[in-house]
Amino acid sequence: MSTAVTSPGRKWKRPPSISNPALRWALIIGALIYLVAAFATIDVNWSRVYEGLERGKKFILAFSNPNFVERWDDIYDGMLESIIMAFSSTVVGVIISIPIGLGAARNIAPLPVYLVCRSIIALSRALHEIIVAILLVAIFGFGPLAGFLTLAFATIGFLSKLLAEDIEDSDKSQAEAIKATGSSWLQWINYGIQPQVMPRLIGLSIYRLDINFRESAILGLVGAGGIGATLNTAFDRYEFDTAAAIIIIIIAIVMTLEYSSGLIRARLQ
Amino acid sequence: MAITQTPDGTKVWALRDTRTQLTIWAKWFIGTALFMYCWQQISAETNWDFFWDAPAIAADIGGRSVPPKWDYMSKLWAPLWDTLNIATLGTALSLVMAVPIAFLAARNTTPNAYILRPLALLIIVSSRSINSLIWALLLVAIIGPGVFAGLIAISLRSIGFCAKLLYEAIEEIDQSQVEAITATGASRWQVMLYGIVPQIMPALAGITVFRWDINIRESTVLGLVGAGGIGLQMQGSLNTLAWPQVSLILLVILLAVLISEWVSAKVRGAII
Repeated sequence: MSTAVTSPGRKWKRPPSISNPALRWALIIGALIYLVAAFATIDVNWSRVYEGLERGKKFILAFSNPNFVERWDDIYDGMLESIIMAFSSTVVGVIISIPIGLGAARNIAPLPVYLVCRSIIALSRALHEIIVAILLVAIFGFGPLAGFLTLAFATIGFLSKLLAEDIEDSDKSQAEAIKATGSSWLQWINYGIQPQVMPRLIGLSIYRLDINFRESAILGLVGAGGIGATLNTAFDRYEFDTAAAIIIIIIAIVMTLEYSSGLIRARLQ
Repeated sequence: MAITQTPDGTKVWALRDTRTQLTIWAKWFIGTALFMYCWQQISAETNWDFFWDAPAIAADIGGRSVPPKWDYMSKLWAPLWDTLNIATLGTALSLVMAVPIAFLAARNTTPNAYILRPLALLIIVSSRSINSLIWALLLVAIIGPGVFAGLIAISLRSIGFCAKLLYEAIEEIDQSQVEAITATGASRWQVMLYGIVPQIMPALAGITVFRWDINIRESTVLGLVGAGGIGLQMQGSLNTLAWPQVSLILLVILLAVLISEWVSAKVRGAII
């Protein structure tokens, strides 16, 4: 440490994390100016917030006494629909993202295919699920079909990108060995590339199922099916006990999915 | 790898033995049946007339949305600034809460492995399982609509993400550095400050920028439930079927997301 000085009169000081003092001060002052400007433009209605604390307390208390019974039929239907949407969109999304992932891997796809597939991925990743859902609801009408298509579209962006990166990282010599046997293109992919990326593909698919379920919980807000509509109604009516029940079920399902996906992924590796 | 025998006694190489092959087929069968059931449910809820109409409607909406109404941009600067604030301040606020939770959740720094660690993990899981839009919905109901509700929603949602990645980073630190600091007779806090914090600083910075990027994306839609930002303008334009405004807003959002992704990639590149 260059700044450490051992003469008795001076104390050791930690070296700053940004060594250039001009840059350091510019960053600090810039951050301060931004903070002041940001806080100046946020107008918080504190009396409204204070009033809300009472409701917030009620909501937190509702968690100790969630009401699963009163709207159980709505909750059951919504949950089932969310799970159905999550599962089927993951299946379709994975099936579509495999060819796109192959096309987006620079080491096996020609440049034009690569560019097309990469732009599909970029478009899918840039648009938030809710925005896609709004557009699809406008086009296909209300119902789980719009939600299903939204999640499948979002799955493509996520899975193809990670799959393509995995293919680009795969071991070249295995693929070359298969090619040297005189295999066709399909055989080359099937025996040279697929075995290398399969464990990761399965792991990512399960992870995406988890994400799709979580996302399906909000698609109902814009009319694309699932538990979100029930949750929204519960909040609108200030039925916090029902809302708490729904949130507890969501958390429980997500935890189960995460735990089981952890087990499956551990077995694969 | 297995060998099957044909009736006349020749041995044929096969990838799997019969039993494994049958199990695999059974799994595929169950999976396919499950998918068919799901598809049937979706199909039953769908009005297929709307589906066949879709190309015409999509073309109609597309036709209405071009050209985007460019002069509407003057009304978008303020919501855009709000969106940026929601994301940035929300990330900052979430870090304040996520760092202590991460220290409680990491196996090697937690003061109490039986009560505090499970509690911290529970907070992380709950925060991660609930989408920021649901947090926003909840906070709009509790503290009223506005930027503040969005800011809190983003920060609550980010706690889980930041704390999870951070506590994994803490668990992976080099223990010898911690031992060296401990050997000098440092107190518990000094060990943390000089032995652990310098090691996780790059991870922390990376996580922050990564989450900030995600938060920009999420805060663009928070307005749909009344939590401020550019989503509010989108909701208004959608409700009045002002498609030229919607297309402009979508373009602005796309651009904002691309810029934030670029900034985040640059900063992470500079740190790592």
